[in-house]
Amino acid sequence: MTCETATTLAQDAAEAVARRSYGKLVALLATQTRDVEAAEDALAEAFSSALAHWPSGGCPSNPEAWLLAAARRKVIDAVRRRRSAERSTPDLQLLVEELDSAQALTTAIPDHRLALMFACAHPAIEVGIRAALMLQVVLGFDAKRIASAFLASPGTMGQRLTRAKNKIRQARIPFRIPDRHELSGRLDAVLDAIYAAFAEGWADSGGSDVVRRDLADEALFLGRLVTELIPEAAEAFGLLALMLSVEARRAARRGESGEYVRSPSKSRRAGTRA
Amino acid sequence: MQYMLMAFVQEAGWMQMTPAEQQRGMAAYMAFTEALTKAGALKASGRLQPSSTATTVRIADGKSQVLDGPYVDAKEQLGGYFFIDVPDLDAAIAWAARCPAASHGIVEVRPLWLPPDQ
Repeated sequence: MTCETATTLAQDAAEAVARRSYGKLVALLATQTRDVEAAEDALAEAFSSALAHWPSGGCPSNPEAWLLAAARRKVIDAVRRRRSAERSTPDLQLLVEELDSAQALTTAIPDHRLALMFACAHPAIEVGIRAALMLQVVLGFDAKRIASAFLASPGTMGQRLTRAKNKIRQARIPFRIPDRHELSGRLDAVLDAIYAAFAEGWADSGGSDVVRRDLADEALFLGRLVTELIPEAAEAFGLLALMLSVEARRAARRGESGEYVRSPSKSRRAGTRA
Repeated sequence: MQYMLMAFVQEAGWMQMTPAEQQRGMAAYMAFTEALTKAGALKASGRLQPSSTATTVRIADGKSQVLDGPYVDAKEQLGGYFFIDVPDLDAAIAWAARCPAASHGIVEVRPLWLPPDQ
C-alpha cells in the first residue's frame, strides 16, 4: 500500500467516525468534566493524533474507542497542566478514576447526546444561539461553517458560541434529560432549535449553497436522533415528519433553469424519498 | 454549586399594602426561607431596607465620593437575597420560582465563582 493510500484511508476512517461519533464523544467527555469547550479541544487533538498515527500504524479495530481514550488523556493532561502550579487535590484523582471507569465501556459508549442537546437548548441559553450551539457541540460544525449558514461573521458567531459554552460551565447548566413533568416544555426548546437549523438550510432556495444544504440534512439527523432517544415523544416524530415531507419537495422547488415553481404545478416526479 | 437569588421588587408596592397583606407577604417569605433551610440548601438570606436608605461610595481622584441613593435608579430595586447551595442551575431555578418575589417582582439567579477546577 502506498503512503498516500494509507493516509487517505486513515482520513476516510477518521471522517466516518467523526460523522457518526463526534457528538457522542463530546457528550461523554463533557458530562464528566462539565466543560464543553475542553471536551471539544481534547477531541480535536485526538482526531489530529489519529490522522498522524493511523496511516502508519493502521486504523484501530475500534476507532471510536481509540479516539475516546486519546481524548480522555488530553483532558487529564489539560487539567494537570492547569494545576501544575497549584496544590494537587483529590479531585484530579477522582477525575482520572471517573474517566478510567468509563474506559471499561469502550465497546458500548454510553450515549449522552440527548442530555447535551438539552443543555444546549436550556432556557438559560440565549434563544438565538441554541440551534448553532447544538450544531457545533453535537455535530462538530466549526464556527466558520455555522457563521456562513446563519449569515453571521465568523468572529461574532465564535464569540456567541463561546459565551454560551461558558455559561453552561460557569452557571452549571446540567447535562441531563429533564424530569417527566418538565420534559414537554424543555423538549419544545430542543425541537425549536432543530427546526431553526432546518429552516436555515431550507432558506437557500437556489440549492447552490452546499453548507446550507448540509444544514437541512444535519437537522434531519438530529430530528431522527431525538425520535430514537425519546421514542414516546410524539412532537419529535411530528417535527421529523414535517421536515421529511418538506425535504422531499426540495428538488421540485425550482425548474430546470432555476426559476421558481408555483406549488400546484410542482412536478411530483421531481420529489425525492428522504 | 452556590447561587445568589436576588429578589428585585417594586418598593412602592409594599407601602401600599394593608397591614394584613403585609403580614401575609412576610409569612410567604418565612415559609420559603424555612423550606430552603429544611432542604439544607440555605447558606444565608437577608432583607434589605428600601433603596432610599442606600449610600454609594467610590474613589475618584484619590478621594472617596459618598452619594445619597442607590447605584441604579430603577423602579425595581434589590430587596433581598437568598444565598443557596444546590447541585445545578435547574435546582436553583426551581427554588427561584418558589420565591415569593417571583410572583410580585423578578428573581435573578447568579452563580458564584467556583474555586479553580471544580
